[in-house]
Amino acid sequence: MNKFKQHSVLPGFNLALGFTLLYLSLIVLIPLSATFIRASALSWPEFWSIVTTPRVLASYRLTFGASFAAALVNAVFGLLVAWVLVRYRFPGKKLVDALVDLPFALPTAVAGIALTALYAGNGWIGQFFEPLGIKIAFTPIGIFVALTFIGLPFVVRTVQPVLEDIEAELEEAAATLGATRFQTFSRVIFPTVMPALMTGFALAFARAIGEYGSVIFIAGNMPMVSEITPLLIITKLEQYDYAGATALAVVMLVISFIMLLVINLLQWWTRHRSALA
Amino acid sequence: MSAIAISSPGRNRNARATTESAWIRRSLISIALAFLTLFLFVPLISVFYEALKKGLDVYVAAATEPEAVSAIKLTLTAAAIAVPLNVIFGLAAAWAIAKFEFRGKSVLTTLIDLPFSVSPVVAGLIYVLMFGLQGWLGPWLAENDIKIIFAVPGIVLATIFVTVPFIARELIPLMQAQGTEEEEAAVILGASGWQTFFRVTLPNVKWGVLYGTILCNARAMGEFGAVSVVSGHIRGSTNTLPLHVEILYNEYNFAAAFAVASLLALLALVTLGLKMLVETRAKQQEENVGEH
Amino acid sequence: MSIEVRNLSKRFGSFSALRDVSLEVRPGELLALLGPSGSGKTTLLRVIAGLETADTGQVLFHGEDATNQHVRERQVGFVFQHYALFRNMSILENVAFGLRVRPKKFRPSDEEIRRRVHELLKLVQLDWLADRYPHQLSGGQRQRIALARALAVEPNVLLLDEPFGALDARVRKELRAWLRRLHDDMHITSVFVTHDQEEALEVADRVVVMNEGRIEQIGTPDEVYERPASPFVYEFLGKVNLFHGRLHRGRAWVGGIEIDAPEHPEAEELPAVAYVRPHDIEIERIPAVSGLNGDGDSGTSLVAQVSHVLAIGPVVRLELIRNGDKDKEHQELIEVEISKERFRELNLARGDEVLIKPSRFDLFPRQIH
Repeated sequence: MNKFKQHSVLPGFNLALGFTLLYLSLIVLIPLSATFIRASALSWPEFWSIVTTPRVLASYRLTFGASFAAALVNAVFGLLVAWVLVRYRFPGKKLVDALVDLPFALPTAVAGIALTALYAGNGWIGQFFEPLGIKIAFTPIGIFVALTFIGLPFVVRTVQPVLEDIEAELEEAAATLGATRFQTFSRVIFPTVMPALMTGFALAFARAIGEYGSVIFIAGNMPMVSEITPLLIITKLEQYDYAGATALAVVMLVISFIMLLVINLLQWWTRHRSALA
Repeated sequence: MSAIAISSPGRNRNARATTESAWIRRSLISIALAFLTLFLFVPLISVFYEALKKGLDVYVAAATEPEAVSAIKLTLTAAAIAVPLNVIFGLAAAWAIAKFEFRGKSVLTTLIDLPFSVSPVVAGLIYVLMFGLQGWLGPWLAENDIKIIFAVPGIVLATIFVTVPFIARELIPLMQAQGTEEEEAAVILGASGWQTFFRVTLPNVKWGVLYGTILCNARAMGEFGAVSVVSGHIRGSTNTLPLHVEILYNEYNFAAAFAVASLLALLALVTLGLKMLVETRAKQQEENVGEH
Repeated sequence: MSIEVRNLSKRFGSFSALRDVSLEVRPGELLALLGPSGSGKTTLLRVIAGLETADTGQVLFHGEDATNQHVRERQVGFVFQHYALFRNMSILENVAFGLRVRPKKFRPSDEEIRRRVHELLKLVQLDWLADRYPHQLSGGQRQRIALARALAVEPNVLLLDEPFGALDARVRKELRAWLRRLHDDMHITSVFVTHDQEEALEVADRVVVMNEGRIEQIGTPDEVYERPASPFVYEFLGKVNLFHGRLHRGRAWVGGIEIDAPEHPEAEELPAVAYVRPHDIEIERIPAVSGLNGDGDSGTSLVAQVSHVLAIGPVVRLELIRNGDKDKEHQELIEVEISKERFRELNLARGDEVLIKPSRFDLFPRQIH
C-alpha cells in the first residue's frame, strides 16, 4: 500500500498536521530558506572571501575551540555530577539536582553579567587568579567559563536517566565474576553510558557554538582575540553589511544542521543501545 | 530540556560489592559540589548580592523606574503571545505525530527541533532579512507603514522562533507512550473529535503541557540574542528585561543592572521550583498508571 | 443483531492480515475468533468494529451494509485487551462517558446517567468501586469495568479483544464462567478474540479457527475439537500424534498400519499424515503367544515401548517410542491417554512393550510447501 497515511479512526489529522506545517513554515522554514536564497545572491568567490577573512577565521577558531573545551569539561564533570546525584546520598541533594537546570532557566544576559562580575580581576573568584597573572574575564578563558555554565545541564540530564536505568544486577554480576570496582566501572558502566555521554557532549557543544548572551559581557570582544562568530554577525549587521552577515549566518546554519544530524544519530544510537540491553 | 526526566532517589545499595569506599564517595561528592558551586551557585548568589549591595532603595528604584516597568510589560506581552501559540502548536504537532502513522514523520519531528540548534543571533537575523528595510518584504511593509523589525512584532516573532519546540518535544514522547487505545475507546463510545481531545487526551498530558509551558515561558522571558538583533534597543519602547539589563550594564550602572537581573534570576528560581513540583506530580501520575 | 462479513481482505505493507474472509455471526450468539498471534483475528475484530478498514470486502450489520459507516455510528461495544480505561476519570465517569458525550437532545439527565451507571456497576458486581480510579483496581476489576463501559451505550453487538489475555490463570477462569453467564442473561451478539483454545471451547457457542489470515474452520466447540477440518486445526486444538505414510487409491499405509481411506479414492501414491488424538489410541499387552516379532498384529496395530508414565489425576498419560525407531535423535514420541482403571488393568511400567492401535484418526495428504 502506497498511502501517505495509515488509516485511523481518530479525527483531526488533517487539521493538526496542516496547522503544524503552516506554523512551522511561517515561523521557521520560510525565514530560514529566505536566508539561504539571499546568500545565493553572492557569487561563490564573494561568499568564500567573506567567510574566510582572517578576522572571521579567528572567530571560528575561538568559537569552536572554546565550545569544544567547555563541552569537554562538561562531559567530565557532568558525568561526575550525574553519578553523584544518582548513586550517593548527601544533604541538600534534591536542591542540587533542581539547581543543575539553572542555566536552562536563567536568562543568558543575567548569567553573562554575573560571571563577568565574578571573574573580573576584582571579582570574588577573579581576585584569586589576578596575582597569578591569570586574567579570566575579557579573555578567551572568560568565554570558556561562560560556555561551560550554559552547557552544564546537557550532559547531566542526558546521562542521569541512563545511569538510573542500569540494573544493579549487571554490577553485581561483574563483582561476582571477580571484577574490581574500577573494572566494573570502566568495562560495564562506562560503555553503557557512553552514547548518552556523547549525546550530552554534542548538545552542549552545539549550544555553545551559537551562544551569544552570556558570552558578550565576559568576552571583551577584541577582534582577532576574543570575538565570537555570532558577535561578528551582529557587528556586520550594525554596519549595514547585510551580505556579510547573511554569509556568516549561512555558515552557522550549516554547522547547526550538521550538529542536529549528529545529535539525532547519537540519540538513535542511545535508544538502540538501551533497546538491546 | 530532556523529556520529563525524573531522578529517582538514590537506590539502597547495601551490597559492598557495588558501591565505592566511603572516602571515594566523599571525594567524588566534594569534587562535584565544588564544580557546581564555582559554576552555578556562586554566580546565582552574586546576582542577588550585587543587586542589593547599594541598598534596598537603589534596588527598588531600579526596578520601578518607568523604563524598567515598560521593559517588564514588553517581556510579559511577548511571552503572553509566544507561549500560548507554542502550546497550541505543540498540541497540534504532538497529536499528528504521536497518534498517526504517516510518511515523513521523523523528518517533521527533526524539523520541530531545528530552532534549538540555530544560534539566537541567526534566529534574529533571519527576520531582519525578511522584514527589515533591506529585507524581502521591507519595502512593501514600509509603504504600508507596518513596522516589524525594531518594533514589538519582531520581538514577538523572535521569541516565538526560539521557543517553538518546547511544548511539542515534551508532548510527542508522552503521547506516543500513551498510545491510541483510550482515544479509540472514546470514539467507539460515540465521542466527537473535540470531545475525545478535551476529555481524554488533554487531561492525560496535562502535566506534560504544564512542564513544557514553564520551560517555554522561562526562555521566552529570558531570550536575549534573537531579541537583541530585532529590537533596535529603543528605550522604553522595544526593550525587554534582558535587553534593559544590557543597557544598564553598558552604562556602568551596575547596581541597577543587577537589580533588574535579579528579577530575572527570581523568575528562573520560580521556574525551577515549579518544574520540580510538576515533575513530582507527573511522576506520581506515571506510577499510578504504571501497569498500563 | 446479526453480523456478516463478506470477502474481507486486508494488508499491512507486505503482510496479509486477512485473506478473503467471510463469516456470519448469528443473532444472540457468542462467537470466538481463535488463532495464534498473527492469524488475523484481532484485525478481523477491528474491521468489524470499524477501527480498521479492509482493503476489500463488506461488513453487514443486520443485513445492512456498514462497510463505510464510521465507528461512532456502528453502535458496537468494544472491550480492549488492555481495557483502555480513561486514566484521568473515576470508574463512574468511565462508565458514564458514552452517555455524557451524546448530543444534548439525546443525552439522559444527570440523575438518569448515574442511575444507569450504578445499575451496570451492579451487573458487573463492582458497585462499590464507583469513586475509585482505574489504577486503583485489579486487572479483573478493570476488565469488568471495561465491559460495563461498553454496555452502557446499549450496543447492538459486543466485541472483545483478548478479554482475559492480561489476567492471571485463576482470575481468567472465574471471569470466563462469569462472561458466559452474563451473555446467557443478556443475549447480545458477541464476538471475542482469543489465542487460548480452552477459553474458546469453554465459553463460545461457536468457534472460528483462524490461521494466516484465513478461516480454517467454523463450528461448535465439539465440532472443531472432535472433527477438525484441517491439519492446522488438529494441531492447534489439543494434543495430537502424527503418523507419516502414504495414500493410494482409498487405502493408506501409515506407521506400519494399513487402513481404509475412502475419502481419498483418487490419490495416487501421495504422502500423507494421519492425525490421532492421544485418547483415541488403544493399548494392549502383547499376547504371550508367539508369532509376533514387532511388526504388529496383521497390520492393524504396532509395537511400542513405554518410555514415560505420568499418572496424576483420573487420566494417565503415557509416552511411547515405536519399536524399530532406532535413530534416537529423530524418534517421535507417541502420546497416549488412558483412564486410570485401564492403566491399572494393564499394569504398565517403564520399558514395557505394548501393542498400540489408533481407534480414530483423520488422514490428510501432506501439504507440499
